[in-house]
Amino acid sequence: MAQTVFAPWTDPAQKPIIEFRNVTKTFGDFTAIHDLSLNIYEREFFALLGPSGCGKTTMMRMLAGFETATSGDIFLSGKDIGHVPPNQRPVNMMFQSYALFPHLSVWDNIAFGLRRESKDKNFIGDRVEEMLRLTRLTKFARRKPHQISGGQRQRVALARSLAKAPKLLLLDEPLGALDRKLREQTQFELMDIQEKTGTTFVIVTHDQEEAMTVASRIAVMDEGNLVQVATPAEIYEAPNSVYVADFIGDVNIIEGRATQPGTKIGIAWAEGQPPILATPAKSVEAGQSLHFAIRPEKVTIDTERPDRPNTFRGKVIDIAYLGNISTYHVELAGGQMIKAQMVNARRLANRHITWEDEVWVGFTDTAGVVLEE
Amino acid sequence: MRRFVLIAIPYVWLLALFLVPFLIVLKISLSDIALARPPYTPQLDFAAGWEGLKSFFSELDFENFTFLTTDDLYWKAYLSSLKIAAISTFLTLLVGYPVAYAMARAPEEWRPTLLMLVILPFWTSFLIRVYSWMGILSNEGVLNQVLLWLGIIDTPLHIMNTTTAVYIGVVYTYLPFMILPIYSALEKLDGSLLEAAEDLGCSRLEAFWLVTWPLSRNGIIAGCFLVFIPTIGEFVIPSLLGGSDTLMIGKVLWEEFFSNRDWPVASAVAVVLLLILIIPIILFQRNEQKQREAEG
Repeated sequence: MAQTVFAPWTDPAQKPIIEFRNVTKTFGDFTAIHDLSLNIYEREFFALLGPSGCGKTTMMRMLAGFETATSGDIFLSGKDIGHVPPNQRPVNMMFQSYALFPHLSVWDNIAFGLRRESKDKNFIGDRVEEMLRLTRLTKFARRKPHQISGGQRQRVALARSLAKAPKLLLLDEPLGALDRKLREQTQFELMDIQEKTGTTFVIVTHDQEEAMTVASRIAVMDEGNLVQVATPAEIYEAPNSVYVADFIGDVNIIEGRATQPGTKIGIAWAEGQPPILATPAKSVEAGQSLHFAIRPEKVTIDTERPDRPNTFRGKVIDIAYLGNISTYHVELAGGQMIKAQMVNARRLANRHITWEDEVWVGFTDTAGVVLEE
Repeated sequence: MRRFVLIAIPYVWLLALFLVPFLIVLKISLSDIALARPPYTPQLDFAAGWEGLKSFFSELDFENFTFLTTDDLYWKAYLSSLKIAAISTFLTLLVGYPVAYAMARAPEEWRPTLLMLVILPFWTSFLIRVYSWMGILSNEGVLNQVLLWLGIIDTPLHIMNTTTAVYIGVVYTYLPFMILPIYSALEKLDGSLLEAAEDLGCSRLEAFWLVTWPLSRNGIIAGCFLVFIPTIGEFVIPSLLGGSDTLMIGKVLWEEFFSNRDWPVASAVAVVLLLILIIPIILFQRNEQKQREAEG
C-alpha cells in the first residue's frame, strides 16, 4: 500500500491552523520580529530554528498569548487570537524549565489544567491516567517533581501540557536540559506522541539536529526574519542562502565567479585552478559572484586522481577522528581549505591517508549548491 | 580533635548563655521569698558540705507554681498575651505580605534599596522608635493633629494607652521579621510557574491562590513564628503604649520582679512562659527543617 506523503503546505486547498500575517513585534527600539508571515498546518511538527536572539521564542510566546504583536495579526483556526489572553486559548505550552509546580504531585500537576475547566472527577481521573500511561509515568504519579529525574520531569511537563488536548502544543527548547542519549531517545518519543495524539506541535530550538530529527518542516530564523521554511531534507540539500547552509550542519563554502553560463556552469575560484563544475538551481549570468556550498560528506578523498567531474589537488592539514567518520581538512592550491568526510569502514590501522599527505579531493557536478549573494 | 572543638564551641555557648541562666531562674522559682539580698531563700552554701546540700534541696518546692493557679491574674495574662500575639501576627501578615510581594515583583535593580529600607529602622534604638509612636498616637500627637486639621475628626481619637496602640506598636516593630522570610520565598518563585498556570487556564487571581500563595507558605509560617514568639513575652510595647486594661504576661513579669520584688513568683511566671513558648518554637524549627529538606 502506498503511503501518501504528509505535505499539506503544498496543497493550496488546505487551511492553515496557524497564520501569521505581517506580524511585527518590537520591544522598545529593538525589533524582535520583522513583518513576518507564516502558515502552519494541522498535524504538523513545525520547528522554529535559529540562534539565540533570532526571535523564535518571541514567536512562540505570541502564540501562547504572553506577548501581543505590535502590528499584524495571528490567526488560530481562522480566528484572530491577537487579544485572547493565554488562559482562554486552546493552546498549551511546555516550558523550557518545565515549570512544574513543586508543591504538587506528578498526578496533580497533570490534573492542574483539567481542574480549571471544572470537568467532573471521573473524567479528570481517566484523562490523567491516560496521560500517565502515554508518558510512562504511572509509577511516579504520587511523587513530587523534586523526587524524579530530569527525563521524568520532562515527560511530566509534556503530559501536563497535553492533558487538555490542545489544538496546538508549543514546546520551548523542550530537550535542552537532557543529556545527549536521553535527548535522542526523547526526540523519537515526542514524534511518537505527536503522531498518536494528532496534535499540531510547534517546537522552538537552537539545536539543528533536533529540528532535523523531529520536524516535518523547519523555519530557519535570523534577526526576526524567516530565512527559509522547508522540509529538513530541502533545508539540508537545497539551502537558499549561505546563512542556512552554514547554520544547518557542516559545510564548505567557496567564493567564486560564474564562467560559461548554462545549465552547467563553471565557477572560477582561484587563479590557475580549473573551475568548479556545478549545476545551479536557476540560471546565472557570466561574471556574477557566487558562493558554492558543498557538504563534507559529498567530498571524497583519494591518493590517486579519481574519475569525477571535479578533482583538485591538496594537502591534508588536519584529521578529526570521530569514531564512525573522519573529517579531513585539506588545503587546496591557493590556500582554500576544504573539509572532506569519510566513513571509517575499515579499522584505523588499515587507513593510509595521514597528515601532510598529498591527496585528491573530488565531487560530482550536482553535489554542491550554487548560492547567489 | 578539630571537629570536637568546632562542635564544642556552640554547645559551650548554649550552656553558658542559655542552660545555666535557665537553671538559675528555675532554682529561684522553686525558692521562697525572703527579706534579704538576694530576696529569696535557700541559698546554696558549699561550706556546709553534703548536709548543707541536702537541706538546700529539701527546702525547694513548687509552691510558687501552685500560687500561679490560685490567682486568675496569671492565666488571664497568659491567655491575653496569646490572643494579642495571635491577632498582631495576623495583622502583621496582612500588612507584610503585600509589601513582600511588591518587593519581589519590583525591578531587580530596586530590590537591594527596598530591602535596605525594610531593615533601616533597626539602625535606631527600638526604645526610641516606640517612644516616637507615643508622640504620634497621643491625644495631642501628630496623627490627631493631622486628622483634626484635615477636618476628618472633630475630637481627638483616643488611641494611646489602649490595646489598639499595642497592636500598632507590635505590627510596626515586627513587620521586618514578617516581610523578610516572605520576600525570600517570593523572590525565589520562578515566573514561568505563573505563566504555566495561566497557560493551563488560570486567571491571574487563581494563579496567585494556586501557585504563589502555597509556594510562599514556608515564608509565611516562618514570618508568623518570628512575630508570634517574641510578641507573647513582649514587655516594652504594652507598658509604653498600652493602657491599664492591656494585660500581657511580660508586664506582669516585670511588676512581679521590680514592683513586688517577688523574685520566686516572677521566676515561676518566666518558667511557665518558656514552657508555653517551647511549643511554637519546636513547630518553627520543624518548618525550617522541612523547608531545608524540600530544597536539598
